[in-house]
Order: sequence, then structure tokens, then C-alpha cells
Amino acid sequence: MNVIVELEKPLTELEAKIDGLKKLNETQRVDFSGEIRALEDRAHQLKLEIFSNLTPWQRVHLARHPKRPLALDYLGALKGFTELHGDRMFRDDPAIVAGFAFLEDVPVFVIGEQKGRDTKENLFRNFGMPHPEGYRKAQRIMRLAEKFNRPLLTFVDTPGAYPGIGAEERGQSEAIATCLRISAGLRVPIVVNVTGEGGSGGALAIGLGDHIVMLQHSVYSVASPEPAAAILWRDSSKAEEAAERLRLTSDELLEFGIVDEVIPEPLGGAHRAANAMIRKVLSADRLALASLMRLSPDELVDRRYEKYRRIGSQAELVHDRAAR
Amino acid sequence: MAPTPNWLRRRAPRPAAATDALWEICPSCSERLYRKDLDQRLRVCPKCGYHFRIGSLERIALLADGNFQELAELLITADPLKWVDRMPYPQKIANDRAKSGVLEAVVIGLCAIDGIEVGLGVMDFAFRGGTMGGVVGEKITLLIEECARRKLPLVIVAASGGARMEEGMISLMQLAKTSAAVERYSHLGLPFVSVLTDPTTGGVSASFGFQADVIIAESGAAIGFAGRRVIDQTIRQKLPEGFQSAEFLLDKGQVDMVVRRPDLKQAIADVLRFLTDRAASA
Repeated sequence: MNVIVELEKPLTELEAKIDGLKKLNETQRVDFSGEIRALEDRAHQLKLEIFSNLTPWQRVHLARHPKRPLALDYLGALKGFTELHGDRMFRDDPAIVAGFAFLEDVPVFVIGEQKGRDTKENLFRNFGMPHPEGYRKAQRIMRLAEKFNRPLLTFVDTPGAYPGIGAEERGQSEAIATCLRISAGLRVPIVVNVTGEGGSGGALAIGLGDHIVMLQHSVYSVASPEPAAAILWRDSSKAEEAAERLRLTSDELLEFGIVDEVIPEPLGGAHRAANAMIRKVLSADRLALASLMRLSPDELVDRRYEKYRRIGSQAELVHDRAAR
Repeated sequence: MAPTPNWLRRRAPRPAAATDALWEICPSCSERLYRKDLDQRLRVCPKCGYHFRIGSLERIALLADGNFQELAELLITADPLKWVDRMPYPQKIANDRAKSGVLEAVVIGLCAIDGIEVGLGVMDFAFRGGTMGGVVGEKITLLIEECARRKLPLVIVAASGGARMEEGMISLMQLAKTSAAVERYSHLGLPFVSVLTDPTTGGVSASFGFQADVIIAESGAAIGFAGRRVIDQTIRQKLPEGFQSAEFLLDKGQVDMVVRRPDLKQAIADVLRFLTDRAASA
């Protein structure tokens, strides 16, 4: 169960009541505007109480909120999105969606990790956990973007690559490793959007780029809290503790230089103003592309190399002679 | 084992625990083995062929012709996240140093393998499970860049549980950094041979481990993306016999060959010689 959905229940009920009153106000002769205003004040108070001081674990759940805009919501908001399917080798992986579209005036290729909103959708999308064939579909799209000189937009939202038998048999490691190598050398601009949760190599596989945008309440970590806890304490039920230690929030990642831009969300999360949020993200992408598209392919690839070269580089490390 | 080269003798001595025991038990066939004899046999069980894990220094002694010119040997980690779980991260690092005799989870340098000059990186599972944090990513990148500068073939022996949790996203970004270095190196026409040893999983297998021109797996090594523990806790499904073993990966088309430890040096040399022989390509 999503802890935020639980936490915001009184607020959701209150909001439903306000909506009901508003409808009555429109259709009946009685004026409810006073009551509505009072309830709206109360809702605002409640929102402040619930969302002002979220713990890292609650933020993980906000990032996983079932109503949060998902990859296809962003792709659908682009002009003329056409989905392209399949890896040409095994099957079409529904956990990764891809295709082409127009970002305002710019033709772009797009790749996103797609979760579902309910159990049925999630079973189809495998909870947004791609198999190797999903990453190989992503590789196809990356190569198309380069061949046809179109920038690439990606939308990261996955707890991680799927840890299962078939995925291992078909080379999950190789599939991710090859995504990383292709995107490191791709001769067109790549703008990455971390829109929900980013977990581990399965997120980074489509998350290596020139400009990394993160939504304020998204989370991004070396492993999602559950597998991190399994690794650290051999116990995935300690996920809450792992979330506190992983430093997975957008403000911390901006500070560490892991992401380049954080897009603020309305109080209570992106889903409370989904359309406005999607527009904000896409215009940030358009702005980032404006400057990246001025660079030559060589400049782009060199700049990308240096961007990652700096993270955990010698300058930050200690040369310890005393240790010997 | 091969005679200890000079540089190895200069290193910190192996910790007492690893040298005291006279006898060891093979975890695979339970045979009681005389340690000196086991060392002579490159720590491969004479009865069942089980490969004991070996440290990076032993591995280098096994592969390098003689001299090994270590690079960036003093690079050690900071504590960027001020990480504490059961103990503070710096304390864990200090323990790992004492346990493994190395300063970080990878040793890099220049040497010859059967007469072929190469850049060689060897990971050490005894140090933080061979995990990749800032220093490991940095040293692997430095090695690749040095090989590019000197026009040398690249050999990396992996042994790793993946990205290092204690350095958070800085660890994950090392996958990107090392991948970018491999990508750049791949345009130079120089060979990259990856050797996957027990175990190689997570962020290391999902970056440079599987980006090589030729991938060799050491016999019996566990290799995969997700570690068994993570798979168990996620899908709660019984895993098939031999799942994620080197032999399983060979069968599934994920590695080029499975090689036993005594044959490893020759196998690497054969591949390198074929890929670097100018006369053959003329």
C-alpha cells in the first residue's frame, strides 16, 4: 500500500466534498461559496500538514503515487507522438515505450519507462521493470536518433531492471551495458527527465545524457530502497531505513551534481496539477535543447564525457600516503 | 603460484587470517586440502575443480609476466555521504584494508601478459565485495585513458557485487563514467578483454564487464545482473540448478568462453595476440 495514498486520505475526502459542493453551487439556487471557501482553507491547511515535512520514505511513495504523471502522459502531451515497438529479436517489452514526436517545433525521438496505474496495468507493464528486450528496443531508438540527427528525450521511472530468470538468461547486464555505451557516444543531444523513481542501472540505462532534469518529488538512487536493504541488511523490509540513508531526493542530487535542474512541484505532488506539470517539464526540455542543439556532435560527446568524468574524480578523492 | 614479483613484496603483507590455516575445506566437495598444496594449484581444488576466490594481488601474480607498474595506487575514498549503517563507512573501509591487504577494490597498472604489453585492472572481492564507488570508477577510467594514450590493449578482471551502496549515486554514476571511457577507447582499434570471475554482478557487469570485445568467464564463477539475494527477495521463485554460473552464461550466449584458472593467462594471451598481431591483419 502506498503510504502517501493512506496519509492523504482525509485530504482526498475533503477535496471530493469540495467538488460536490461546487457542483451543487452551479446547479442549485442556494449559495455554498462560504462553505466552499472554508473547506478550501481547511484543505490547504491539511495539505501543509501532510506534505511540508515528508520523510525520505514518504517521498519514495510520493514518487510512486499511482496518480503521478507517467511516461506515456508526457509522450502523449507531445505533438504527433508515434509509438515504435520491439527489439527485432525477442519481443516488445511494455515496460519501455518509445517512438518519435515533436517537442514544440523540434522533431525528437523519445524513450520512457512505463509503469501502470492499477494492478492490471502494472502486470502488463511489469511495474515499469524492463527486461533486456526493453533495453534493446531503447538501443534501436538511440541509434535511430543518431542516424536521423534528432535529439533524444528520455523519461526515467522504474524501481529497477527486472531481476528474474528470463531477464538473466537473455543478458540483462549486457543490455544495460550496451545502452550506457551507446548513449555515452551518441552524437545527438540527450535530455533526461527523472519523472518518478529512478532505481539503479535499470534507470541509468536510459538516464545518461547531456542535461538531467528531475522533478522535485522524484527520487533517484543507486538501488531502490527495497533491493538496497536486501543488499545492506539481507532484509528488504528495512527499505524505510535504506531510503533515509541513500540520499535520493532531488535537492541532495542537485547538490551532488548528479542532476542539472530540479522542476518544482505543487504542494502534495505533481499529480495535483498534472497537465501544468507536464507542460513545465516539456518546456524545460525545450529550453535545454535550445542550447545543446547549438553544439557540434564532437562538442556534445566531449562535453558529455567531461560531465561524467568529473563525478567521483581524483580531485574529490584523498591521496592518502599515511594509509600505507 | 608464480614467484612473487618485487612490487608485490612491497605491498602490505597478507592478513594473518589468510595465511595461518594449514588446512582448508573445499566448500564444494568438502575435501580437506593442505593449504600450501592448494596455493600451488592456484587455489583450485584438486579433487573437484572448485575455484576458490583469490585476491587481486594473487591474480596479478598469476597473469603478469613479472613486473607490474601500479598506477594511482594511493587513490583512496572520501566519505561523500557521511554514511553510517552498522558502522561508519570509513570504519568499514579500514576493516576491508586490513582484511584484503589492498587500499581499494581494484588494482590497476601496466604489465606484460605472455610478452604482450597491456593495461591490467584487477578487482578484489575481499574489499567491500569488490563494489564500485568513486575510487573504483576513477581507477578503471584512468586505466582505460592510460591504455588509450599508450595504444595498449586493455584487460579487466572483474569481481564485484556491483555499485557501492555507501557512496550512493556517486557509485551509480561510475557506470556512466566507465562506459564513456570504454566507448571512447573502442574507436581506437585496440582490444578490450574482460575476464569475469566469481562473483560479477550488478553495476560492474552492467557496465565495463559486458562491454568488452571478448568476454572470458572463469570456470564456476557466478555472473549476472541481479544478485541471487535480490532475485530471491523479489520473485520468491526457486532458481534453476547452475543458474548464473559461467557455464550457464556460455550456454545462453552471454560469454565467449569459460576458462579454468590454470589456463587463463594463456587464453587471454591468445586472444590479445590474435587481435594485436599487425602481420596477421596486413
